[in-house]
Parts: sequence; C-alpha cells; structure tokens
Amino acid sequence: MEDMILSTRGLTKYYGERAVVAELDLDIRRGEIFGLLGPNGAGKTTTILMLLGLVRPTCGSAFIDGMDCLRDSVGIRSRVGYLPDQAGFYPDMTGRENLRFTGQLNGFDGWELEEWIEELLERVGMSGAGEQKVGTYSRGMKQRLGIADVLIKDPEVVIMDEPTLGIDPEGMRELTELIRCLSEVDGRTVLISSHQLHQIQQLCHRVGLFVGGRLMAWGEIDELARQVQAESGNLDEIYRKYFEKEGEYCG
Amino acid sequence: MDERVMEDRMVDLEYQDSRPPCSCGGLFVIFRKEMADHIHSRRFLLVLALIGLTSIASIYGAVSGLGQEAGAGERGMNYLFLRLFTSGSGSVPSFMSLIALLGPFVGLALGFDAINREEAEGTLNRLAAQPVYRDSIINGKFLAGAVLIGIMVFSMGLFTGAAGLLVMGVPPVGEELGRIGVFLLFTCIYICFWLALSILFSVACRHTATSVMLGIGCWIFFALFMSVVVRVLVDILCPQDQMVTLGDLMDSYSLNLGLNRLSPYYLYSEAVSTIMNPSVRSTNIILPFQMEGAVAGYLSLGQSLLLVWPHLTGLLAGGAVVFAVSYVWFMNREFRGR
Repeated sequence: MEDMILSTRGLTKYYGERAVVAELDLDIRRGEIFGLLGPNGAGKTTTILMLLGLVRPTCGSAFIDGMDCLRDSVGIRSRVGYLPDQAGFYPDMTGRENLRFTGQLNGFDGWELEEWIEELLERVGMSGAGEQKVGTYSRGMKQRLGIADVLIKDPEVVIMDEPTLGIDPEGMRELTELIRCLSEVDGRTVLISSHQLHQIQQLCHRVGLFVGGRLMAWGEIDELARQVQAESGNLDEIYRKYFEKEGEYCG
Repeated sequence: MDERVMEDRMVDLEYQDSRPPCSCGGLFVIFRKEMADHIHSRRFLLVLALIGLTSIASIYGAVSGLGQEAGAGERGMNYLFLRLFTSGSGSVPSFMSLIALLGPFVGLALGFDAINREEAEGTLNRLAAQPVYRDSIINGKFLAGAVLIGIMVFSMGLFTGAAGLLVMGVPPVGEELGRIGVFLLFTCIYICFWLALSILFSVACRHTATSVMLGIGCWIFFALFMSVVVRVLVDILCPQDQMVTLGDLMDSYSLNLGLNRLSPYYLYSEAVSTIMNPSVRSTNIILPFQMEGAVAGYLSLGQSLLLVWPHLTGLLAGGAVVFAVSYVWFMNREFRGR
C-alpha cells in the first residue's frame, strides 16, 4: 500500500440546502505536489478549511498523517502549514515581526527563532525587506512572506490556496520554483488549490478536478488526458473536455 | 538529496524536538502581541491624552471649588481627600462623573475592531491556522484590553491623587485610600463591561464602521436617553392621575429606580457615589420613620461596601454575560474563504 499522508472519506459540507463539498474521497501521497483544480466556488477553500479543522464537516472524516482533522485540530495545525489566498499580515508590523509572532504561536522563541527567521527570509529572497513594515510590501513580496510564514513551523504538509493569484510572470516563476523546492528538496507534501491551470500543470505530480463540490477525476495529467481522449497532454484541454462531459451529464 | 540538505534537515529535526509543547502558550503570545499593538497604536495615545486632560481639568475644578468652600468657612469638611474626586465647580464636572461619561469611550476604543479588523485584513484565517485553540484569540484580546484598562485607571487615580495632594496639602487617611481603591476597581469593571460589549459588536459586525457606530449608539443611549425612556415607561405603567396612596408613589419610584439600574452607566454612577460619599446611607428610597433614632454620622467603608455589593455583582455579571455571548458566537462561527 502506498504511503498516504492525507486522506478523506466521504467528506461532505452543506451550507443550508446546498452541498459545497460532497462525498469527497481524496488521497495524497507523502512528498508529492497535488493540485486541486476547479472554478471559483467549487468548494476548494471549504475543503481546505475542513482539513485544518476550521470548518466542521457535515459528515465524513479526514486524516492527515494519522491525526483526525476533526478531533485533533490543534495537532494538525502544528504540522500543517496553510497559506490562505491573499494571506493577510499585520500592516503595522515589519515582516520579521509578523514571522516572529507566528513562530511564537508555534512555540518557538529566543535566538533559535531569530536564526530560523533569518534563514527563511533569505530562502524566499526577502532578507533585505525584513525590517520594512508589511504595509509597504507589494503583492508578490507578501506572497513570499506568506511562504516563509508557512515554513516557520517546519510543516510536513503545506496547503496553499490560490498562491499564484495576481502575481506577475517573473514573480510567478520564482514562486513556482519555491514551491517545487518544498517538495523536491525538503520532502514536504504540498497541496495547491488553483484555477490557473497552466502553472499547476508545470508544478504538480497529480491533480484532482473539482467541480460543484465533487471530485470529477484525479490522477497524473497524462492519465487524465487518456481518459478524455485529449489530443495533447494539455491541462486546459482536459479540463474543457471534463466540463463538456459534465454539461452533457447535467443536460 | 545532497549531503548539505540532509544536514540541514537533521538540524531542523533536532530543532523541532526542542520545541516546547505549544497551544498552551498561545494565549500568552496573543496577549503580549495585543498589548504591544495597543500601546504602539495612535488610538491609545489619543485615549490617554483625552483621559489625562480630563483628569487635569477635573482636579482643577475640584481644587478651585474646594478652595471657595474653605474660604467661605463652610463646616463639615470631613473626607476632604475624597472630595477631590467627587466635587466639581460650576462648569467643570467632577472627576467621578467625567469618568462615568468617558469610561465607555475607552472601552469602545480598545475593542471595537478586535475581531472584524483581523477578518478584513485577512489575518484571522492565518491566525486560526496556527496551533492555538480558537478561544485563545478572543480571550487574549479581552485580557490584553482589560489589563491595559486596569493599568490606565489605577495610574490615572494615583496621578489625580498625587496632584491633589501637592495642591491641597491634605494627606488621605487609610479609609479614604480604601474608598479610592474600591472606586478605581469599580471603574475598571465598568470599563471592562464596555470592552466586552465592543468585542461583541466586533464579532457581530463585518465592518469596523458598523461596530463602532453600534458601540457609540449604546454609549449615548445609556448615558443620555435611558433616563428619558425610563420616565416615559414609568408614566405609562404607573400614571400619575391614578396614584392614590403613598404605596403607589413608592412603587412608581422603585420602578423608576429599578429600570434605571438596567443601565450600566446609572449602576456605576450610583455605586461610586455611594462609595465615595460616606454620608450616603441607602441607595433605595427611605421613609422618615425608618430614619427615626438613627445617629447622624458617616458610614464605615465596610457598610458602604455592603450597600454597593449588588451593584458590583450586577456590573460583573453584565460584563460576563456580554463576553460569554461574544465568546460563544466567535467559537461557533465557521471560517469561510474571503
């Protein structure tokens, strides 16, 4: 049996009558980069929040590294790093102060924490900007600070919600490189949610297509292409084909 | 993985093992950060300046008022030091009534954006994703505000006392110090009630503008309009033309008092004026025959305290209930993506 670090069984969330996430069975292997793809409002963020124990599922279960996401949410949150879309930082504090606060919340303190912050700032290419207030940062800088912020707890699983949103092409290239390093160099598991297929295609080992709260298909990109008989291994095309199928199914 | 990376990784692992168990320290970290935030914020400086100016103005009023009285050779100048806090002169209200009026402002200023600003800035999701229990967030915020209020109120009281001592040259006696201590404690609880209320609004409202408007609305209602509303209500419930006996009159008066005491502003004012004025013997209506045979004199601190005990529990309970509502609301709320 493969080493699954994250798995959900029948994970379901209703808001009123509407199922935002329905019967989700998701398995993610240790050390891979998994892309959760779907249009806005497909239930990606809700799924992530359920994994972190911030939203109670209506039914179903989720486990990360053997820990129950529902019962042991504090334990989960000490091992799982989460970068929300448009990660917010306290604008009146410097980048370093923001990181220090997160570090302290994770139980670090003292010179160890300072050294660790220095190392992370360097890693995300922000060592020059650590003393500036976050209010003066550009969007790309905030995103990189967000990655440093996630890494401060040295997580085994990193979850990123729309990390590439609103980043310019050059920033995007750096960001992709950083994310790739998380998996290939550090051996962390990465879960990315996105609707920007192109970047995901370059980055992910496996993807899952998420539509209307259901996981329509998952697997490696080639495999998905075979399933829909796409001519190319292009994710855009696969995605379109799935939507067409979905349309027929509904119509 | 090359060797260097492996080494780094090993260091990281060792580092991780040395990590103390988290989540219990979360409350303290949030408390410390909130404290620092308050102290560095311009808003806090503004509040401090306002309170400082108020204290100075009221001391000035009290000292000049007392000077005139002393000059006129009035008798019965006991408890002179307490008069520093309770008496004003002409246009300047007393320290006590100024605090009753402005205290809510301090509480509101410290708490009105506690939760909804974190939401608006997108920091709440990030904060909640850290390994801390969710209640540490709201507890830490309330505690930081409460401790700051305590420090502010007591330093302000000491400052006023010291200034009065310098100007008047009359030292306080032990009982007066006790009374001032109780007064300051009441003030802390009163302002904490408003802090709890403003945190409730910050949980309830998505926008900081809405929560601040609600807070100011409550403040003005309780401080200015409550008595008017109560009078109208009493008029409706016990119309004057149907009043026949003395009992009716007393009922109507008690009703008036009881309804007024629903307002924290009234409750606090009544309590502190009882504490700071030893000649007040009752907070309720007293008939002349009940006073028959009473020896004219002052109440001891213990007796004054007995009179305001219900006020103390009332204010504490009010604050606790309001905070409990915001706590439950915050804990049961589900996070959503923005």
